[in-house]
Amino acid sequence: MSLGNGHGNGAPVKLTAKDFKSDQEVRWCPGCGDYAILSAVQGFMPQLGIPRERIVFISGIGCSSRFPYYMNTYGMHSIHGRAPAIATGLSVTRPDLSVWVITGDGDALSIGGNHLIHALRRNVNLKILLFNNQIYGLTKGQYSPTSELGKITKSTPMGSLDHPFNPVSVALGAEATFVARSIDSDRAHLTEVLRKAAAHRGTAFVEIYQNCNIFNDGAFDLLKEPETRDDNQIRLEHGKPIRFGADGERGVRLTGDGRVALVEVADVGEDALLVHDEHREEPSLAFMLCRLSHGADGPTPIGVFRDVERPVYDELMSGQLEAATARQGRGDLAKLLHGGDTWQLG
Amino acid sequence: MTKPVQVLDRVTIRFAGDSGDGMQLTGDRFTSETAAFGNDLSTLPDFPAEIRAPAGSIPGVSGFQLHFADHDILTPGDAPDVLVAMNPAALRANLGDLPKGASLIVNTDSFTARNLDKAGYASNPLQDGTLADYQVHEVALTSMTLEALKEFDISKKEAERAKNMFALGLMSWLYHRPTEATVAFLEKKFAARPLIARANVTAFKAGWNFGETTEAFAVSYEVKPARLRPGTYRNISGNLALAYGLVAASQLSGRPLFLGAYPITPASDILHELSKHKAFGVRTFQAEDEIAGVGAALGAAFGGSLGVTTSSGPGIALKAETIGLAVSLELPLLVIDIQRSGPSTGMPTKTEQADLLQVLYGRNGEAPVPVVAPCTPSDCFHAAVEAARIALKYRTPVVLLSDGYLANGSEPWLLPDVDALPDISVPSATEPNHEGDFWPYLRDETTLARPWAVPGTPGLEHRIGGLEKADGTGNISYDPENHDRMVHLRAAKVAGIAADIAPLEVDHQDGSRQLVLGWGSTYGPIGAAVRRVRASGARVSVAHLRHLNPFPANLGEVLAAYDKVLIPEMNLGQLRMLVRARYLVDAIGYNRVRGLPFKAEELADAIIGLLDEGAHK
Repeated sequence: MSLGNGHGNGAPVKLTAKDFKSDQEVRWCPGCGDYAILSAVQGFMPQLGIPRERIVFISGIGCSSRFPYYMNTYGMHSIHGRAPAIATGLSVTRPDLSVWVITGDGDALSIGGNHLIHALRRNVNLKILLFNNQIYGLTKGQYSPTSELGKITKSTPMGSLDHPFNPVSVALGAEATFVARSIDSDRAHLTEVLRKAAAHRGTAFVEIYQNCNIFNDGAFDLLKEPETRDDNQIRLEHGKPIRFGADGERGVRLTGDGRVALVEVADVGEDALLVHDEHREEPSLAFMLCRLSHGADGPTPIGVFRDVERPVYDELMSGQLEAATARQGRGDLAKLLHGGDTWQLG
Repeated sequence: MTKPVQVLDRVTIRFAGDSGDGMQLTGDRFTSETAAFGNDLSTLPDFPAEIRAPAGSIPGVSGFQLHFADHDILTPGDAPDVLVAMNPAALRANLGDLPKGASLIVNTDSFTARNLDKAGYASNPLQDGTLADYQVHEVALTSMTLEALKEFDISKKEAERAKNMFALGLMSWLYHRPTEATVAFLEKKFAARPLIARANVTAFKAGWNFGETTEAFAVSYEVKPARLRPGTYRNISGNLALAYGLVAASQLSGRPLFLGAYPITPASDILHELSKHKAFGVRTFQAEDEIAGVGAALGAAFGGSLGVTTSSGPGIALKAETIGLAVSLELPLLVIDIQRSGPSTGMPTKTEQADLLQVLYGRNGEAPVPVVAPCTPSDCFHAAVEAARIALKYRTPVVLLSDGYLANGSEPWLLPDVDALPDISVPSATEPNHEGDFWPYLRDETTLARPWAVPGTPGLEHRIGGLEKADGTGNISYDPENHDRMVHLRAAKVAGIAADIAPLEVDHQDGSRQLVLGWGSTYGPIGAAVRRVRASGARVSVAHLRHLNPFPANLGEVLAAYDKVLIPEMNLGQLRMLVRARYLVDAIGYNRVRGLPFKAEELADAIIGLLDEGAHK
C-alpha cells in the first residue's frame, strides 16, 4: 500500500476509484453480484470527499462480509451478525469517521436481527449496506430469512416453511430515518442511492438486490432482464408521480380504503397517481409502498423510500458530555475520589 | 442518670426486615456513622433478587450485616452479635445464624397473628420460649414511631415508614455513633419534601432518646476507633471502587472511556455510576443485549478508546464469541465479570467464584486472556487500573473477575494519592513500520503486542478480522505453519505478561509447612481464619493471587516450598485444578458454594484439620 493517498497537508487530494482498491485479491465466485457492488462503491467513494483514513468498513460474516478486505480504508471483518453493534461503538466514540456496515440477509436479518433494528431506531451515524441474495452462500446454499416460502435448499428438501422478511419493511418498522433499495447491476441507480445514503445524517439503510449465481441464480431477473424490468421496476423519485412500465403506462395510487394499488394510468389519469415524498415524516405510506412486493416477485419499488431528519445518536451522546462538562467543569479524579463522606486519620 | 458503658473491641450487627422496610438504607447509614467514628469496618448486604416479594414473607427478607472494630478487620463477621428483626419473617430467616447469648432487638408491633402466619410461625416466638437462649429486647418500634410523629401532617403509612430511622436512632445510641451526618443526610435526601425530612429526623432522634431513657437497655457499648494508617478515608463498595478505577484508568492512559453494557445483577451499579461521569469524557452505552455491549466496546477500542464491558456470568457466556474476536484482533478490551451464583440464572444476588474456568477457557480455539481478580471492595479500584494497564500495553482483552460479595460489600478505603498512580498510557501507531508500508501484525519484540493504529491515522489504513492472519502483514492466511506460529505467538504474548506483574507475596510464618492459597474475595475470610489459627499457636502461611492468568512467575516455587497447599474457593475447585495441572502439586480444596462468603471459623477449622493431618503423618 502506498502512503499519502487520501490526505495531504490539510489540502484535499483528488482521489480515484483506484485509490480505494486494496492490494488483496478479490475472492468471490466469478459472476457474483458482489463484484458490481464493490466496483460501484469504489467508484463512488471519491465523491464523498473524505480522506481514506477517515473511512471505515465494518462487516459481519458471510460472502458480502469479505468486502472490507478489498477496500483500501480502515476495516474490520468481525463476527456473524454483530457488525452494527461494533460499528455503533466506533461511531459514537469517533464522530469524525465515516462508518459503513456491510452485511447480508443472513447476517443482518437472522443472527444479527437484534443489532440491526436497534442501530436503526437509535439513528447511529452508520451507513448500512445489506446485500440481499435471498440465500446463504458461504455455508453453501441453505435458505435465508429473505428466501421465498417453499424454497427448496439443502436444508429444506421439501421446501422452507418460514415466511420471509421484507428487509425494507423491517427497516421502516424499526423507524429507520433513511431506507432505500437498489440493484447490484444498476450502477447508476446504486451510485445515486449511495450518494443520498452518505449525505444522510444518522443511520442509512440500503438493501441491495444481489445475485448469487451459484446458489440462487436469477433471483432478481424479473427486475433486471430487459424484457421484464420495465414492467417490474417501480423507480421511486422524490416529488414525482410513481409510474412504471416501458412508457410509464402503469402507476401507483392511494385507494379510498387506505391501500396503495397498481393501476393503469389510462384508467385513472396522471393526477390520481401517488406523488412520492421521501421526506414524509410519517412512515406508513413508505411502508405501504414496500408492501407492493414481498421479494422481487412482481412490480417492486426501488430507490429511496424514506429520508427524514431525526437527532443523531452520536451527536446526542456528545452533547450530553459537553453539557455535563459545561455544568461541572472537566472531571477531576482527586475530587471524584474525595467525594462523599471522608474522614481523616493520623 | 448516666447508664454504664461497656467497652468492646468488635461488634457484628445485622439489620433484617422486609424488603420495603429500608434495611439497606439503615445499614448504609449506620456504616457511615461508624466510618466517621473511626472504626475499621466491613459490610455484607444480603437482599433478595425479587424487588418486592410479598410483604412479611421469608423470601422478602432483606438484610445488612456490619462488622466494626477497634482494630483492622477483614470480614463482615461470621455471625451477628446483635440482630435487629423488624418482623417475624426477618427473625425466622436469621435466627439460625445467631449464636446463643446474642442480642435480639425485635419490633413487637409486627408480631401480629397474620405476620406470624406469613413467616410460618405456629405460635409467637416472643412468648413460646423459642428465644430463651438470647437476650431479647422487645421494642414497639412502629407504635413509638407513630407516637413520635403524631403532630406531623402526614399519612399513617408515611409515618410508619420512618420506623427504620427510629431503629437506627436506637442503635446509634446503643453504640455511641455520631448522629450529625445522618441528620444532614436525611435533610438532603428529602430536600424536596421538607415535612418528610423532619419526620425522619424526628423518628431518628426519638429512637436515640428512647435508648437513653428506657430501662429496656441497661448498658450501652463503645467500640473505640481503630488505629489505621494515617490518611484520608472514605467508605466504599466494590462496584463503586471499580467504577472509579475505570475512570482513573481512562485518565491515567489518556484514552476516553467507553462502557458498553446490558443491565445485569450484580454489575448494573457500575453502569449507573459511570453514566454520571460524562464530565470525564466517559461514554456509557446501554446496549440492546450483552453481545452488543461487548461489541460496541470492541468497536470503541478499534477507534482508540478504552473499551469496557461489564456483566455477570450469564452475560459473559453471551460475550464469549466477541472476546474471542478481540483475542484475534489483538485490541485492548476490558471485560468485567461480577460473578454470581450459577449455573444459568442461579441466585442473582448471591456471590460465587465459579466463573474462573469460564473466563479462562469459555471460547473456541486457543484464545488466551489475562485474568485479574480484586480481593477486597476497595481493591477493585487498583485491580481495574491493573487490568486496563495490561489490556492497553499488550493489546488484549483482559477479564477482571470480581463477585457479588465484593461488589456490594464495603470497607473504609485509604484514598490513594492521585499523582502517585501509575502512568498506563501507550502510544498509538503513527508511522509505517515495514519498508514504507504498515503491517498491523508486526509485533513489539519485548511485549509481542501489535501496533494499535486507529482510524483517522493517514497512511496506516488496514483491515483486520476474525480470520487467521499472516504473521506480520495481517493478511488472511490459511497456511498451516503460519496458523501454528500465530497460535503460539498469541499464547506467548499472554504468558509473557508474567514478567510484568508482581511476584506472589507470601505471608510466611517461620516453621510452617502448610500454605493457604486463595484468589478474589476469599482474601478477607482466609486472612481472618489464618489469624485465628495463628492465635491458637499453630503455624500456617498464606498467599493470595491477584493474577489468575498468567500466574506470577514465582508461583511454582512458592508451592514447592510447602508440604501441603489448601485452596479455599467458592466453587468446586477451579483454581485447584489449574494449580494441580500446571505445577503437579497435590493441592487440597475447601469448597462450599452457598452464595455467601466463607466464615472465618469454618476456614480456620479446615486449616486446623489440615495441620492435624500433617501432624499425624
